[in-house]
Amino acid sequence: MSAAIEVSGLVKRYGDLAAVDGIDFTVAAGTVFSFLGPNGAGKTTTTEILEGLRKRTAGDVQVLGLDPWNQGDELHRRIGVIPQDFRFFEKITPKEAIEYYRALFHTRVDPVELLQKVELADKLNSRYDTLSGGQKQKLGLALALTNDPEICFLDEPTTGLDPHARRAIWEVIRTLKKEGRTVFLTTHYLEEAELLADRVAIIHNGRIIAAGTPAEIIQEHGRPARMTVEGSPALAAYLQMNLGAAAVVEDGKVSVTLRDKGDALKILTAIEESGLPWTSFTTTKDTLEDVFVRLVGQMDEGALKSGGRK
Amino acid sequence: MKLSHIAADFRIVSRTYFRNPVALFFTLFFPIILIGMFGLIFSTVGSGTVTLEVINQDHNPNGVGFTNTSVAFLEALNKTSVVSVQLVSVSPQNFSTYLGQNDMSAGLVIPSGFQSDYLRHVPVNLTVYTNPEAASAQGTVLGAISGVANGFNLKAACNGGSCAPIIGFTSLNVGSQVYKYIDYLIPGLIGFTILTSPMFSMVDIASSYRKDGIFRELSLTPLSRSEWLTSRILWYVAMTFVTAGIMIGAGVFLFNAHVTLTWGLVPYLVVGPFFFVSLGMLAGSVAKTPESAALIGNVITFPMMFLSGTFFQVSEMPPGLQEFAHILPLYYVIDGMNQVMLFSNTSRALFDILVVLVGSVVVFLLAIRLFKWRDE
Repeated sequence: MSAAIEVSGLVKRYGDLAAVDGIDFTVAAGTVFSFLGPNGAGKTTTTEILEGLRKRTAGDVQVLGLDPWNQGDELHRRIGVIPQDFRFFEKITPKEAIEYYRALFHTRVDPVELLQKVELADKLNSRYDTLSGGQKQKLGLALALTNDPEICFLDEPTTGLDPHARRAIWEVIRTLKKEGRTVFLTTHYLEEAELLADRVAIIHNGRIIAAGTPAEIIQEHGRPARMTVEGSPALAAYLQMNLGAAAVVEDGKVSVTLRDKGDALKILTAIEESGLPWTSFTTTKDTLEDVFVRLVGQMDEGALKSGGRK
Repeated sequence: MKLSHIAADFRIVSRTYFRNPVALFFTLFFPIILIGMFGLIFSTVGSGTVTLEVINQDHNPNGVGFTNTSVAFLEALNKTSVVSVQLVSVSPQNFSTYLGQNDMSAGLVIPSGFQSDYLRHVPVNLTVYTNPEAASAQGTVLGAISGVANGFNLKAACNGGSCAPIIGFTSLNVGSQVYKYIDYLIPGLIGFTILTSPMFSMVDIASSYRKDGIFRELSLTPLSRSEWLTSRILWYVAMTFVTAGIMIGAGVFLFNAHVTLTWGLVPYLVVGPFFFVSLGMLAGSVAKTPESAALIGNVITFPMMFLSGTFFQVSEMPPGLQEFAHILPLYYVIDGMNQVMLFSNTSRALFDILVVLVGSVVVFLLAIRLFKWRDE
C-alpha cells in the first residue's frame, strides 16, 4: 500500500519552544490514521503543517508526494480539511456554501447529494448562524468533500458535540474510508480513535510516545487483564497466600491479575473456599484510554522528577 | 486572477449583505439621514451676515484716504449687521468677474465724486452686484443698501430743504454660479461614505476573519487573496454607486441642490472605494488583534472624516489645517468630485483622480503583500 503521508524528523519551533520535536510517521493510503494527544501536545501544529497552513522548522513532509508548504495550492485541490471549530459566513446557507466552493474548485458536485452524505440535507436552505454545533461541523465536512479529496484532515471534528451528532460524524468517517479515502483524524476522544482508526500515534510534548494499531498499543503498553472483587484486605492476603497471585487492595476492592483465562475460575473457587465475605466481581482489560492516561501520566511524572532533580 | 472566483465571492458578499438588516439600513437610509440632517442644520441657521465686497473710488481731493461721506455710508452698512463690508482694490470693469471667481455673491461700487455730489444734492448712482441664485443674500444686500441710502437721503433733505432722493443705485447681476452649503455637502458626504463604510468594515473583517479562521478556511480553496480583495472592492464600488445616487437624489429633492451629473463622477466612485477597501485591509492586516485593528482604523479614519472637505469646505479651514488636508487621500476624492460636479474644472479633476489612482495601486499591492491567510 502506498503512503499518503510521510513525515520524518519533523520539527516546529516557536522561539525556544519546540511544539513538535522530531516526529516520524507514515499514513498508508486508504486508511484511517488517528493522531492522539493531550491539549498542547502538538497535534494541531502537526496537522496544520501537513495541510500546508503552517511552515515547518525542519524535517521532511510529503503529502500525496507534495511539499505542503511550497506546493500548497496543488495540494489543496486534492485534500479536504475541517479545522477545529469550523466557522463560516453567518448568513450563508449550506447549499450556497457548497455552490461557492464548487465554483472555486471548478467541480460539478451536487449540493443536495453532498449534504445527504453528511446527513444535513434537511438544512439545505438554513443559514449558517441558525445551525447547531453538530450541523455546523457537518457543513464543514461537506465543504471539505466538495473537491472529492484523496485525504481528509479532521481536526477534533466531534469536540463539543452531543453523542448523537458525534455518532453521525463517525458514520461519515466510515463512509470516507469505504470510498478509499485516507483519513487523518486528530481527537482527544480515545474511544473515537479505538473505534475508527486503523493506526494510532500518541503525541505528547511534541514527541510520539506510542504508535501502532489500537490493539498493538494496548498490548504493548497496557496492563494485563484483572479480576476485581469487592472484599476485605484479609481476602487479598488469603488469595496471595493460596494462589501465589498478585492481589492488591484498591478502594475496598481486591484486584487480582489474570495470567490466563483459567485463572478466573481458580480465583473464584479460592474466594468461596476462604469463607470471607465478598460481593460482585468484574474482569477488566485496559482500553486505549487507560493506556493513554497512564502513558501521558508517566511522562509528566518523569518530567516532574527530572525537573525536581535539577 | 480568475473572474469566476471573483464572481463566486461577490455573490457571497452580496448575499451576506442583503441578509443583514443593519447593513441595508445604513446603505439605504443613512445617506438620506445624513443629507437631511446636515442640510437642515446649515440651511436654517443661515450664513448670518453677507460679505459685501466694496470698491470705494471716492478718495479725498488730496488723494489720501476716502471721503468722510463714503466712509460714513460704509460704516452705516456695517452697522446693519446683515452685511459685512470688505474693501477690495479691483478695477470696476473686472469687478463682476472677480466676484464670480471668488464665489462672492455681493459687491458695491462707490463712484468718485460721491461726497461732493451728495453734499451738493446732485443725484449720484451706486452700482450694486448681487446674485439672483442666492436669493436671500440678494434680498439682504439690496435691502441694507437701500435702507442706508434712504437714511442718507432723508438727512440731506432735512439739511438742504430738497426732498428729491440723491443717492440711488443700479443693481447688476453677478454672472457666476453661487453655491449653497448643500452643493458642497453632497460631494462631501459621498466622500464620507466612500471613506467610512469600507474602512470600518474592512478593518473589522481583516481581523475577525483571521480570528474566526475564515481566512484559513479560504486559504484551503483556490481563491487567491487578490481575487478576494478584488471582490470586496467591486462590492464597495457597487455600494458607493447606490449611496451616491441616493444622496444626490435626496439633496436635489429635499434642498434643491445644484449638481452636475457627468461621467466624470464615475472614476471617483470606482477609484475611491478601491483605495479605501485596500487601506482598510492593510490597516486590519497590520494589527494583531481586533481591538488594535479598530484603533488603527479609527486613527486613520477620524481625521479624514472631518478634515477632507466632508462637512466643511477645506477652503474655509485655518491655513495650517488646509495644508494638513492636502496630505489626506480623501481630500483628493472630494475635491475631484467638487471639480466635476460643481466647477467643471477638468484639469484639476484629472490631477485629483491620478493622485487617488496611484495611491490605490500602492495600497492594494501593500495590502496583498501584508495580508496573510496562513501562518509562517
